[in-house]
Amino acid sequence: MLRRVSQLAMLGLQDRIWTPGELNRHVRQLLEGDYRLQDLWVAGEIANLSQPASGHLYFSLTDGSANLRCVIWRSEAEGLPRLPRDGEAVEVHGRLSVYEAGGQYQLYADRIRLAGEGELFQEFMRLKQKLEGEGLFDPERKRPLPRWPKRLGVVTSPTGAALRDVLNVLSRRYPLVEVVLSPTPVQGEAAPAAIAQALAALDQQPACDVVLLVRGGGSMEDLWAFNTEQVVRAVAASRAPVISGIGHETDVILADFAADRRAPTPSAAAELATPDRQDLAVEIGQLTRGLRRAWQARRQALRRGLGEARAALATLAPRARLAGARQRLDELAGRTALSLRHRLSLRRAAVEAMAQTLHAIGPLQVLGRGYALVRLSADQALVRTVGQVSPGAGLQVQVSDGSFSAQATDVPTETSEG
Amino acid sequence: MSKPKALDQLDFEQAYEELQALVRQLEHGELPLEDSLRLFERGQGLAIRCSHLLDEAELRLRKLAPDESGGYVEEEFAPEAE
Repeated sequence: MLRRVSQLAMLGLQDRIWTPGELNRHVRQLLEGDYRLQDLWVAGEIANLSQPASGHLYFSLTDGSANLRCVIWRSEAEGLPRLPRDGEAVEVHGRLSVYEAGGQYQLYADRIRLAGEGELFQEFMRLKQKLEGEGLFDPERKRPLPRWPKRLGVVTSPTGAALRDVLNVLSRRYPLVEVVLSPTPVQGEAAPAAIAQALAALDQQPACDVVLLVRGGGSMEDLWAFNTEQVVRAVAASRAPVISGIGHETDVILADFAADRRAPTPSAAAELATPDRQDLAVEIGQLTRGLRRAWQARRQALRRGLGEARAALATLAPRARLAGARQRLDELAGRTALSLRHRLSLRRAAVEAMAQTLHAIGPLQVLGRGYALVRLSADQALVRTVGQVSPGAGLQVQVSDGSFSAQATDVPTETSEG
Repeated sequence: MSKPKALDQLDFEQAYEELQALVRQLEHGELPLEDSLRLFERGQGLAIRCSHLLDEAELRLRKLAPDESGGYVEEEFAPEAE
């Protein structure tokens, strides 16, 4: 092989020898330079799907005779609404390029959808715009739901899980309601006309307060009847407000736009339509307590009023007024006497306190310890110095328990100095 | 207030709303004793009526069926048990 190449080179038939890497890179650049190959949809059936630990998705698209290798990187794969499956007819969007190390060209895909979904989606958008333009989805059209529905219409299949869910919720929350089922198939060729008919039938009967249009979850095709113009118009035409509860949370259905309220599921539609009796029981309890409180308050107010009236009556009577005056007089007198007595006792206490003090600092206390007071008998002057006393003078001597008379006998003529 | 309906003639909505109105009246009214007492007793009756209706109610289910004249009749219907 190698020899052959070199022979060709010697013959000058080959300008340039490529390495596989160079060639692969060149082909890759060719493919990537063609803008038509960088943004394309390919339809086919999925085969040989694998997702190794790396998280990337590898599969082939086949049309029965030819295969196209595809890869979806993990970051893109994680964003898919659901993983594709072998054998599924799909449409894949991506760009074409070359895996240089393997020398394989492949579709680097970023989006994948079920075959036909694209067309359905186009149809959906076209119809949505048309009906929107007619004002069928306007917020002003939405009617309020009654707080206490008495008669509730249900448009759904008589055998479906949706009806069972709705009835369960209603029995639990608000069994006071009367349910009228307007039965209809909810999928298949005949469904759109039948659903529209079932909605109209309820309008011919005694009026419902609210109508539930419900169907359990399913594929987009299963739910398709609820995307038809016929059903959407029938919802908008209903005399009673309509709550739609079709499919699952994430499904977007045209009938939802026309309904007065949209619920994510049949059960949620039933919940939207009715109050919950547990809440009501609580409210009734509160009202009952409020009633008792109000009654007691009223009774007390009346009783208070009665007491005041009686008192007023008593004071207004002449005898009572006289008695009142007399009593007030007595009270005043009593108060006067009381205050006088009080003042006297205060005074007495003060006097006693002063006497105590006086006694403590008075001379009598000192005399008790053996001292004596000496006065001149002539003028009762207290004798403080020898000079006051002349020989033979009469003296009065007071001791603790009395006094007696005495006479000065020996009086020095001179007092010693200092 | 005009002559009140007998309690057992009231549906839930009527009983509930009368009870609500009556509590408000009793709270804010300056009614004489006799009227207040009458309201109080009526209110108790209404509350009992409401609770009774909530406890005793059973879902009534009927189904529309086409009749001969192109209209519909409502007939009894029991969903298939699982």
